[in-house]
Amino acid sequence: MTTATKPAPGPTRARGDVRGAHRLFVVRELGIALALILLITVTTISNPRFLNAQGRKDLMLGATILVVLAVGQAIVVITRNVDLSVGSVLGLSAFATGKLFLAMPDAPIVLALLAGVGLGLLCGIVNGALIAVARVPALVVTLGTLYVFRGIDYSWAAGQQINAADMPRGFKNMGTQTLLGVPVLALFAVVVLLVAGFYLRNYRSGRELYAIGSDPAAARLSGIPVGKRVFAAMAVSGGLAGLAGVLYAARFGTLDAAAGTGIELNVVAAVVVGGVAIFGGSGSVYGAALGAVLLSTIGAALPVLRIDPFWQQAVVGALILAAIGLDRALTARIAHRLRGRRARGA
Amino acid sequence: MLKRLGTWDVLVIVVLVAVIIGSSILVEGFASSRFWGFLLLDVIPIALIALPMTLIVITGEIDLSVASVLGLSSAVMGQLWLHGLPLPLILPLVVLLGAVLGAVNGLFITGFGLPSLAVTIGTLALYRGLAYVVLGDKAVADFPFSWTGNMIEALPGTTVPWVALVVLVLAVVFAVVLHATPIGRGLYAIGNNDQAAAFSGISVARTKFWLFVLTGTVAALAGFFWTMRYASARADNGAGLELSVVAAVLLGGVSIFGGRGTLVGVMAGVLLLITLRNALQLADVPADTLTVVTGTLLIISVVGPNAASMLRARIRRRRPATA
Repeated sequence: MTTATKPAPGPTRARGDVRGAHRLFVVRELGIALALILLITVTTISNPRFLNAQGRKDLMLGATILVVLAVGQAIVVITRNVDLSVGSVLGLSAFATGKLFLAMPDAPIVLALLAGVGLGLLCGIVNGALIAVARVPALVVTLGTLYVFRGIDYSWAAGQQINAADMPRGFKNMGTQTLLGVPVLALFAVVVLLVAGFYLRNYRSGRELYAIGSDPAAARLSGIPVGKRVFAAMAVSGGLAGLAGVLYAARFGTLDAAAGTGIELNVVAAVVVGGVAIFGGSGSVYGAALGAVLLSTIGAALPVLRIDPFWQQAVVGALILAAIGLDRALTARIAHRLRGRRARGA
Repeated sequence: MLKRLGTWDVLVIVVLVAVIIGSSILVEGFASSRFWGFLLLDVIPIALIALPMTLIVITGEIDLSVASVLGLSSAVMGQLWLHGLPLPLILPLVVLLGAVLGAVNGLFITGFGLPSLAVTIGTLALYRGLAYVVLGDKAVADFPFSWTGNMIEALPGTTVPWVALVVLVLAVVFAVVLHATPIGRGLYAIGNNDQAAAFSGISVARTKFWLFVLTGTVAALAGFFWTMRYASARADNGAGLELSVVAAVLLGGVSIFGGRGTLVGVMAGVLLLITLRNALQLADVPADTLTVVTGTLLIISVVGPNAASMLRARIRRRRPATA
């Protein structure tokens, strides 16, 4: 083995060919969708109740929070950064929502949403400022704020637990109600996904995120305000983690400071499984969302398939390895095909 | 070796000494030798894993799976013990397991050319999951006292655990290899520019592969120590420890981009992190605050040097204008 096996950094990878790259995304997303359909089919055959009305609702609710987080994480990872603090931000925002309702039992739901998103945005701005202004890697900064935000959460909660009885009825209803068979909470995830997908595809600043992830230096040279974009991506990720915290509070009702501990691992896993390259520049929020749905469905399917739930984490790990391996193989194949075409054209 | 110390390493050591002196005066019980015996027991697993982790980060890679290797080793120990294997046989088997787990990481990273961050996040989940598959949520605790007691035994006449001395010897070996041999210079070269390193004849992939094997092996050793120290083999042993190790290594002045850092700095970083945590604990500061302190230290350790060098550059730019 020589160094040739290491992916060359920068835009020399096959990502230059838009059609090829586009096909790669479609292949990836189709693959995840097929895996998801296969998983649901096998599980439903094993136990038809898996997909009855209640089962469908549980699946969608189970995926909601992970999808919201995965969309934010995908935006960050596309810029070749990572946000490990999302679990702590979720915990902080969920607890803040509970505290808000304790202080103002009649507070409107919109206020809770605004407060949660605002708090998350603030956390994201701290991350973004440290990364963009001090030019420090996101991995280290968000590893630090993972501790800091969680520590603040714990000292604020001081062992206190907030129960469903402390939440107003309207807010709890939001966690259980459905609209045309779709849980209201899941609609939040759908809206977030569509808005983010539309933005990344149709706005110049959205597409610039891909350019930054492909080659930050080249992006800077071509006049893209890299620091500003990365800052915004971190802020959005924080805001979405804040939103996820409010949704978490609505869904579970019972809250302590440990909410969302360790979920950052699942979020990064969802994004990677969903075909977003960990070194930036490629992938889509739709893939990331599909990855999140796949992971949460595996969690729901294992007990139905009578597989020891202890296997879940191992399966998630194996899936991450398979996904990045597949991504590498597909990229190498496209690169090979492109080289062949160029040789013929010359 | 001493001339390799940069300003950051010296700063960490100075802060460490200041924390020790300050705590000795302000915190009751801190200056006791008993407290230091316990503190060193806490230092051992993190210091142990930080040794190979330093080398990995210097080459520009990272291994987030170490705590899961520790947990899986502990779970396998428990299961083997339940099956009646004697500990003298379990120890080499667990070390071998760690080497294999590290080799799997190394194979994915150097063989298939995958980013170490993604691979070891994957094996972080995979190995921890396998630990639960092996032992479930059981705890195996009936290890003989001749082993568990011996593992925390102090050196005669002191409160210093003998294992701390083993770690110290290992640290010296690692420091000599890193700072005084061609192998060590090669690691810095890889971290600075792996293509240039390859052109100058260093086998980049093979070096990195063996580094991951080394990390797995040491993490398994730490798992053995952990299990014996707490006399409890559990699948969740050491959960989250990877963050502490990475925090200590970065605090010790190793650049996350590779190519920079010293083992003296890292050992000072490990000691600073654990000393500060234990001193605050002794002073009845709640555990939540310790979490904030760990995170803040980590952020300062990366933002600090960057901000300082940016400031220095700004001053230097201004000086010719005033002259």
